Amino acid sequence: MLQMTHISKVFRTELVQTHALRDFSLNVAEGEFVAVTGPSGSGKTTFLNIAGLLETFDTGSYRLDGQDVSHLDDAARSRLRNEKIGFIFQGFNLLPDLSVFDNVDVPLRYRGMSGGERRRRIDKALEQVGLASRAKHLPSQLSGGQQQRVAIARALAGTPRILFADEPTGNLDSLMARQVLEMLEEINAAGTTIVMVTHDPELARRAHRNIHVMDGQVTDFTAFAAAQTERESLAA
Amino acid sequence: MLTYNLRLAWMSLRKHPVLSLLMIGAIGLGIGVCMTTLTVYTLMSNNPIPHKSSALYAVQLDSWDPNDPYTESGRPPPELSYRDAQALMESTIPKRQAAMFKSGFALQDAEAKQPPFTVLARVTYGDFFGLFEVPFLFGGGWDRSADRNAQQIVVLSKEINDKVFGGANSVGKNIRLDDREYRVVGVMDHWHPSPKFYDPNNGDFDDPEEVYVPFGLGTALELTSYGNTNAWKPEKINSFQDFLNSEYIWIQFWAELPDAKTKDDYQAYIDQYVLEQKKLGRFPRPLNNRLSDVMKWMDEREVVTDDSRVLVGLSFLFLAVCLLNIVGLLLAKFLGKSAEIALRRAVGATRWQIVQKHLVEVGLIGLLGGALGLLLAFGGLRGVKALYGGYDHLVQLDGRLLLIAVGLALLSSLAAGLYPAWRAVQLAPAGLLKTQ
Repeated sequence: MLQMTHISKVFRTELVQTHALRDFSLNVAEGEFVAVTGPSGSGKTTFLNIAGLLETFDTGSYRLDGQDVSHLDDAARSRLRNEKIGFIFQGFNLLPDLSVFDNVDVPLRYRGMSGGERRRRIDKALEQVGLASRAKHLPSQLSGGQQQRVAIARALAGTPRILFADEPTGNLDSLMARQVLEMLEEINAAGTTIVMVTHDPELARRAHRNIHVMDGQVTDFTAFAAAQTERESLAA
Repeated sequence: MLTYNLRLAWMSLRKHPVLSLLMIGAIGLGIGVCMTTLTVYTLMSNNPIPHKSSALYAVQLDSWDPNDPYTESGRPPPELSYRDAQALMESTIPKRQAAMFKSGFALQDAEAKQPPFTVLARVTYGDFFGLFEVPFLFGGGWDRSADRNAQQIVVLSKEINDKVFGGANSVGKNIRLDDREYRVVGVMDHWHPSPKFYDPNNGDFDDPEEVYVPFGLGTALELTSYGNTNAWKPEKINSFQDFLNSEYIWIQFWAELPDAKTKDDYQAYIDQYVLEQKKLGRFPRPLNNRLSDVMKWMDEREVVTDDSRVLVGLSFLFLAVCLLNIVGLLLAKFLGKSAEIALRRAVGATRWQIVQKHLVEVGLIGLLGGALGLLLAFGGLRGVKALYGGYDHLVQLDGRLLLIAVGLALLSSLAAGLYPAWRAVQLAPAGLLKTQ
């Protein structure tokens, strides 16, 4: 599903260069639930941004769902994000002036779907996260956990092939965090690949596989070796 | 997508009402000022007889001072002397031709039931009505014999016919002009060429005259011109006949020359006439006779003043200043929505789709500003009407100008919104999403 090989990313300012990722390689199989851990500044979010096509990289190659995305233009990257990728952010990133229904509608608007199809998908996604009755509410009228569930519904409505979650429970109390995690596990069980960046070791343990990132590189040798082996077998 | 973007735009405007009103007000003010000046300018430079303007020619003969041209640019005088006008009327080359001047009478109904009142009159040849395609409600003009014989007949404007005869068909009835009775032969329909091109000497935007009488009456009744009478040398004038024989210029002269050959023939004719007159000691200046069609004539007569042009330019500069302010406000507003832009980009919106969203918002601001601008322009034009007499019919917004106002508002607001919208989508979404 996700194949990154020798990816490097350098952020440059007038004074300093920061190597956010260096020789970063990772392979995530379809249907996997992978947790990416690491200390602050290790490159986890940069990896997630590159993987989610929100950021470009300097060197290396990246295939997403079998497609080389290294040299795609902005429109093609946007289309891929819209059709294949779902995002869940720590800060929910809901649009405060739009209702729950309209927030879930946002990605579908950019896919050119008919009104009926969008409504069907939104209703289904809200049903799935248990917020069908809150469709007309504004985000400010919901709890943190409910807001994150709206964000999950927004990601699910587009039926993505892969879901990127950046500290999805970081702003939630333990009860709500557990609910959100259980929801992610359900989504994964239904076949959606999930890559989750987290600081929380408890959360990471619930994933199928843990990737530890340090200084912009994958340091979990076991995971890296497995990726290498799979890549070699694919090449053969 | 347009309706979705419109809904978002409306929500955005309502979310920041003060900012939105500021921008709408700025565009409205700019558009209002532009439309006020543009409306006056457009109507001033209007072609008053578009389907025929290239076939109608004002005739100018340079009978002026040999040592001092009539204008610095060397243009001949705009009017003719009586004797030259009479001579040119003998030509058979033009399809129609008319010498004319403005005068006036005291008008009273034949039974003297109403008190007399002053009316402006045009003393002219019968061709005047065909020349300028004057519409008639009843009857018509007159023929050459009426001019020659100074018949006491009259054509009334619709307004005068309404006033004196209550709008009824008055053809064949009599009215009194000064102390004589005249038979009504025609009643014009509403006719208001603007500018009043056939006689700009007497006010470029004045109303047309109210009654029309044969040219022959001018000499028979010794009618004087209400317009300019100019001379370049002192002449002894002891009688009206002396005046008619003098070099004084006071007659406007128009000829209908439907094609290039007729025009060339007529130019040759008037040149030949002047050359013959030179043999008699007249026309001391070099040959400089001109035929100017309607638009050229209005240009030469400077119907649209330079002040008007400068004013239009300044009003557009003012609009530009308003737009520059809006650029700043939009930039602040759009950059303030960077989190929303980042989210929309993350879920699949392309840069162009985000730009479109913002342009719809500025377009909506532009339309609302345009509507406000039209209201202000309407007020501005009423102000012009109140301040300056004779501009009444100029200060009106027609459908074309309304469309221009809306188009101008839309285009200028989109132009103002393009840079802020472009700047807003240059921000990398990744960093902004994390900072939520």
